[in-house]
Amino acid sequence: MMQPELRTPTVGIDSSEHAARLMHLWETSSGWKGFFTTVDHKQIGIRYIVTAFVFLALGGVEALLMRVQLAGPNLSLLTPNEYNQLFSTHGMTMIFLYASPILSGFSNYLWPLLLGSRDMAFPRLNALGYWIYLASGLFLYAGFVTGNGPNDGWFNYVPYAARDFNPGLNEDFYALGMVFLGISTTVGAANFIVTAFRTRAPGMSLNRVPILVWGTLTASVANLVVVPAVSLAFFLLWTDRQFGTHFFDSAGGGQPLLWQHLFWIFGHPWVYAIVLPAMGMVSDGLPVFCRRPLVGYSLVALSTVATMIFGFGVWVHHMFATGLPGLGLAFFSGASFAIVVPSAVAVFAWIATIRLGRPVVTTAFLFFASMILLFVIGGVSGFMTASVPVDLQLTDTYFVVAHLHYVLIGINVFPVVGATYFWFPKMTGRFLDEKLGRWNFWTMFIGFNLAFLPMHLTGLLGMPRRVYTYADYGGWGTLNLITSVGSFVFAVGVLLFFVNVIKSLKHGAVAGKNPWDAPTLEWSTSSPPPPYNFAVIPTVASRHPLWEGRLGGDGALSSLDRGMMLDHGKETIGTSALDAVPDMVLEMPADSIAPLLLAVGLSGLFVGLLLKFWALVGIGGAIAALAILAWLWPSTELREREPARG
Amino acid sequence: MVESVISAPVNLPVGPIRRHGIGWWGAGTLIASEGALFAYLLFAYYYTGATAPAGWVLESAPSLKLALPNTLLLLLSSVAAWWGEQGILQGARARALLGFGAAFLLGAVFVAVQLLEWRAKTYGIGTSSYASLYFITTGFHIAHVIVGLVVLIAIFAWTALDYFSARRRLVVSAGVLYWHFVDAVWLFVFTTYYLTPYLGFGR
Repeated sequence: MMQPELRTPTVGIDSSEHAARLMHLWETSSGWKGFFTTVDHKQIGIRYIVTAFVFLALGGVEALLMRVQLAGPNLSLLTPNEYNQLFSTHGMTMIFLYASPILSGFSNYLWPLLLGSRDMAFPRLNALGYWIYLASGLFLYAGFVTGNGPNDGWFNYVPYAARDFNPGLNEDFYALGMVFLGISTTVGAANFIVTAFRTRAPGMSLNRVPILVWGTLTASVANLVVVPAVSLAFFLLWTDRQFGTHFFDSAGGGQPLLWQHLFWIFGHPWVYAIVLPAMGMVSDGLPVFCRRPLVGYSLVALSTVATMIFGFGVWVHHMFATGLPGLGLAFFSGASFAIVVPSAVAVFAWIATIRLGRPVVTTAFLFFASMILLFVIGGVSGFMTASVPVDLQLTDTYFVVAHLHYVLIGINVFPVVGATYFWFPKMTGRFLDEKLGRWNFWTMFIGFNLAFLPMHLTGLLGMPRRVYTYADYGGWGTLNLITSVGSFVFAVGVLLFFVNVIKSLKHGAVAGKNPWDAPTLEWSTSSPPPPYNFAVIPTVASRHPLWEGRLGGDGALSSLDRGMMLDHGKETIGTSALDAVPDMVLEMPADSIAPLLLAVGLSGLFVGLLLKFWALVGIGGAIAALAILAWLWPSTELREREPARG
Repeated sequence: MVESVISAPVNLPVGPIRRHGIGWWGAGTLIASEGALFAYLLFAYYYTGATAPAGWVLESAPSLKLALPNTLLLLLSSVAAWWGEQGILQGARARALLGFGAAFLLGAVFVAVQLLEWRAKTYGIGTSSYASLYFITTGFHIAHVIVGLVVLIAIFAWTALDYFSARRRLVVSAGVLYWHFVDAVWLFVFTTYYLTPYLGFGR
């Protein structure tokens, strides 16, 4: 029997039989089986979000412990070794296990809804990305809870990370865990790229996608090509430590600075990868509460991409104090100054959107709008350290710590909490509590600034970062006490956020399809959306399909209720890369255990490598290989092969 | 009254046809990422070599006696894989099997010769940074060749099971593309480790 190779999709409207048919095709089975095999992007997205928030809480507790230790001079609550592991694990947790996965979670959940599609391009790869994230997070934390956490800061410079100076398993846990986590980031990035280019709703040309898509797409392209740098660096560090290679030790002709280059070739684009999607959240969320489209869509989209292009050429500004040639420093300093321009474009676009709109002050609005202020403060302190002579004075002081927290909390945590207030009704069908939300916002905002604004001064007064205790010198004690108090206020604010989420899951006011009267496709389906997202594939005629009536203009209208039915199987539409013209019917895979099996196999492999237990490496590798083979075995359902012949 | 637009395409391919499918894009992203990995390995070589004192390379005139024929062998295996893919396109299954089988054998010989090369070295992985870079970089490449060989076996077996036709064969094309990548990246590794010392790098 030959399968038809071509089909004309039926166009129609939703009906109860149609919905029932789609439900049957798309719904994840209930119970444990569904839990372990689901490939639904919404379930996976929520898992990412919940797991990342758990890591945020863990990293926060680590920070509070350090702030107790630093509250006054000459305290000795923590030993130097405990302090080293705490600040390193805090950095690792926040940067690798919170800041990036939380954005992957939101984008995983939202992308197909924003794009008018029924799932990500590679649903099983999506599941794999989550399982590996979870497994590598547990792997890294297994080191920490057994007293073998990283102890050399999150960027882990040699020679201190070398075995001679660091003989325990600490650095091996960190090195292998990071290689493991890199797999998750890479497959996730690949999935976002293909999803953005191939699965948008018909008519959604590239200049009509929400800015969040631009942000995550840009970040994903960067991740795809820079994560290998850090994975390689950590792998080479591991062979230096365990197999006597000489990549980083000068005694064997190695080059210690090679570590810093490989790390920051990854590290600086990564910094943009963990803020650009969050800036996208603001660019999409803020205008909804200003009751008008974003000012300067094209400029903001282009500046997102431009930021990343510059971002590839600024890594050496982390290495100004290493004695590199002056000409090189000048180039990287210039690039670091130039990157301010695309960043400022976004800031001015947001300010203009507020100024030209009619702001409705909600908790989400407060988080989004305050992010602009925090971004400017963090941006200016970054601009200062782009100058080589200034950096030589400030490097490795608390000024840099203040800067990076303004950037990461200001441009990641604040937008993410705002995004939760904004999209929680879509995800759960219920609002977060607005009154508690105000308490949540003001506590976080005041606590954060109380903690980190004075820290600039601490750094200017010369206090070095990463010291476990300090003498009372030049007023450091008072400033540190203020920071410690502020950090606890901030923590209370974050706690209020978690309380609000838990309380509102059950008791929040019921939200309809489009509770904020927002313009984009995710608000055209029910809250929470059905497993198949859209009963019919929408056709998009503008950037704001749900605002077309009121924005004026004489363009054609989007079609949301009538469209391709695609109910012959688990199907969605594939469209061309730039103009989103339908060019194929995509057959989507059913739920599968293969991603979990592959993650389990790889976990065995990495634990085996850590313990040099080669039998476990072999078993884990074999399980992984079998899982990949089963996964890639050509399937007739996905039309990867001809049906049985002869 | 403005009309709403409804996309109502006719006669769309269902699932991947020829190279047209998202799997092809997936293979592209995999290769981009792997290509970046090798770029960083070579960066490590050039950066370490450029900042090292004279006499860094342990072999100032590396022997090409095995390496050059082996390189040609690997390129030939890419041709064989391409020839096999053309067999699928023309519905000539025997030719496809012959092509993939030949590609596999040539690739396997390449790995064997590489291991001979390793054994013939007078230095080990811990001798110096140059030696570490040599063994880790060529080791990464051998690992990729072995993965490529497994891919070739899978494609061979699936062809033997008569899974593919000229239209339903994205899996084959993606696998062969990966094999081409593994071969192409070797040219960069070969040039770096075997040819640039003749030009004076790291001597």
